[in-house]
Amino acid sequence: MNNIFVYCEMEGGKIADVSLELMTKGRELADTLGCELEAVVIGNNLEGVDKELARYGADTIWTAEGKELDPYRTLPHSAILCGLFKEEKPQIALMGATPIGRDLGPRVSSALHSGLTADCTSLVIGGHKDNRSGKEYENLLYQIRPAFGGNIIATIINPDCRPQMATVREGVMKKEEAAKPGKGTVKAIDWKKYVNDTDFAVKIIERQMEERKINVKGAPIIIAGGYGMGSKDGFKQLFELADVIGGEVGASRAAVDAGFADHARQIGQTGVTVRPKLYIACGISGQIQHTAGMDGSSMIISINTDPEAPINKIADYAITGDVNDVIPKMIKYYKQNSK
Amino acid sequence: MSKPLKIVVLAKQVPDTRNVGKDAMKADGTVNRAALPAIFNPEDLNALEQALILKDMREGSTVQVLTMGPPRAADILRDAMFRGADGGILLTDRKFAGADTLATSYALSRALVKINPDIIVAGRQAIDGDTAQVGPQVAEKLGLPQVTYAEEIVSLSDDNGEIVIKRRLDHGVEIVSSSLPLVVTVNGSAAECRPQHAKRVMKYKYAKTPSELQEADSDYMNSLCARKEYLNIQEWSVADVDADDNQLGLAGSPTKVKQIENVVFQAKEAKRLTAADNDINDLMVELIVSHTLG
Repeated sequence: MNNIFVYCEMEGGKIADVSLELMTKGRELADTLGCELEAVVIGNNLEGVDKELARYGADTIWTAEGKELDPYRTLPHSAILCGLFKEEKPQIALMGATPIGRDLGPRVSSALHSGLTADCTSLVIGGHKDNRSGKEYENLLYQIRPAFGGNIIATIINPDCRPQMATVREGVMKKEEAAKPGKGTVKAIDWKKYVNDTDFAVKIIERQMEERKINVKGAPIIIAGGYGMGSKDGFKQLFELADVIGGEVGASRAAVDAGFADHARQIGQTGVTVRPKLYIACGISGQIQHTAGMDGSSMIISINTDPEAPINKIADYAITGDVNDVIPKMIKYYKQNSK
Repeated sequence: MSKPLKIVVLAKQVPDTRNVGKDAMKADGTVNRAALPAIFNPEDLNALEQALILKDMREGSTVQVLTMGPPRAADILRDAMFRGADGGILLTDRKFAGADTLATSYALSRALVKINPDIIVAGRQAIDGDTAQVGPQVAEKLGLPQVTYAEEIVSLSDDNGEIVIKRRLDHGVEIVSSSLPLVVTVNGSAAECRPQHAKRVMKYKYAKTPSELQEADSDYMNSLCARKEYLNIQEWSVADVDADDNQLGLAGSPTKVKQIENVVFQAKEAKRLTAADNDINDLMVELIVSHTLG
């Protein structure tokens, strides 16, 4: 009872990365709180997911299996989650800030009258004293997220309502198997008792999911271009450099909006969050909306004609110069020195 | 003959956080809201367009825009009327203040119970919070199904029994069908909203809420609005929607803001380099030696 629950999303027959990232964070929080970590998987053909989730620290894996439950639909999944939460009374419930988690989370939080914080960038356990009532709380979940277009960072708490719910975007948390696997006890949910026929009111007629081709998030080296690249053509040299040094090309929102790069490459608050070992920012001024998605990079090199560009404040190396001049030199000197 | 639809669009007036200028932050580092223009939340405009498309599909249908906010939020209701909406409702009361998404959804759901629409269309999320929670929470409060991330209303059966909607997800599209009533939230990738129409601007420019009329204190305006029903923007308080005070505002919000931190760039000394050959050469050597590259 009062454990941490993670709703695990299925994607192409596998547990989605974002869910495993949340399991990693959930395990850490459970260890801090001295409680257990429980995973909930709803779908079809769930064979093998329990083993994987146990490696990520799951003590209990709740499964609801049925062909009507795959692909995801709002009402049956939220009915199952609400039913389960009413019985198990989790203190914390986490889900991915994906089209699924952002569809499901608010529905569940409304039904349970529990607070939900979207798109958290950090989750920490801490105490709180209510100034008005003087009441003190221990072991609350601090749900930390940027707000107001990224201009402020807010710490949100749910002092009185349970579960404390939060969604987190893919790539924000680290994904790591637990040092010690969880107990991995599998419990099948008798889900039909929670779901009515009317929960299937929305029918999926057709579904076309694209394979993820561009994987900016997983790349250890990212060469990102901004509006300063000037054109789609200007991005070509970034691809060249990426090819030579073994990286992936990313882009700022301004560059994506201008049509220089594909949306799948967008890094920042409205794109993906990345934490590569090397991030080369080319012609990116460094607005907070962008840096929020990359400031966890181990090393940042910026190339900008403006020596005062905000990006230089978080860069390890700030090259003042024209990308059209610098990139070819990087390629040249990498090739010269690497063998 | 198909039955006309009663359509409600949920909209929000938001500070334009996308255009945060230099004066947007005060000297003490707090957000200067006054420096940010208040705008029609962009995705709510996409929602309005879908509502207007539905109205065009069904002769005799009406589009009402519902917003919760301070008195000046009536601006977006007028804007919506200039673009094609038939009327607006402003949900305004001090008791609504400080609401999180759940308390907001509760208040909106109370107003929607009073309106009893066939379909509710909202933007996916508002740019000041980016939570995308209010649409689904309103749906849950009303016990209605929801279709989020909608990009296009594909079709509506003659008896209004089935609506087909295209959803745009991160990595694909989904075509779904549902019965009505229904809550739909619309993506920014959906069709842009039609612009204000000159004739409609002429027709609705004096549309006012009762408070605005009172403030204007003009006999001409009063008689104009008394003669022309469509110029009256409705204004509802907590009492008008029969809402439970305990579920409103700060008291009705399970989430509390513990702390607000303004984003300040951490000053860290960057090593300054030029585009000169020896600088770039040294850098590449350093990256290779440190195994950052290769």
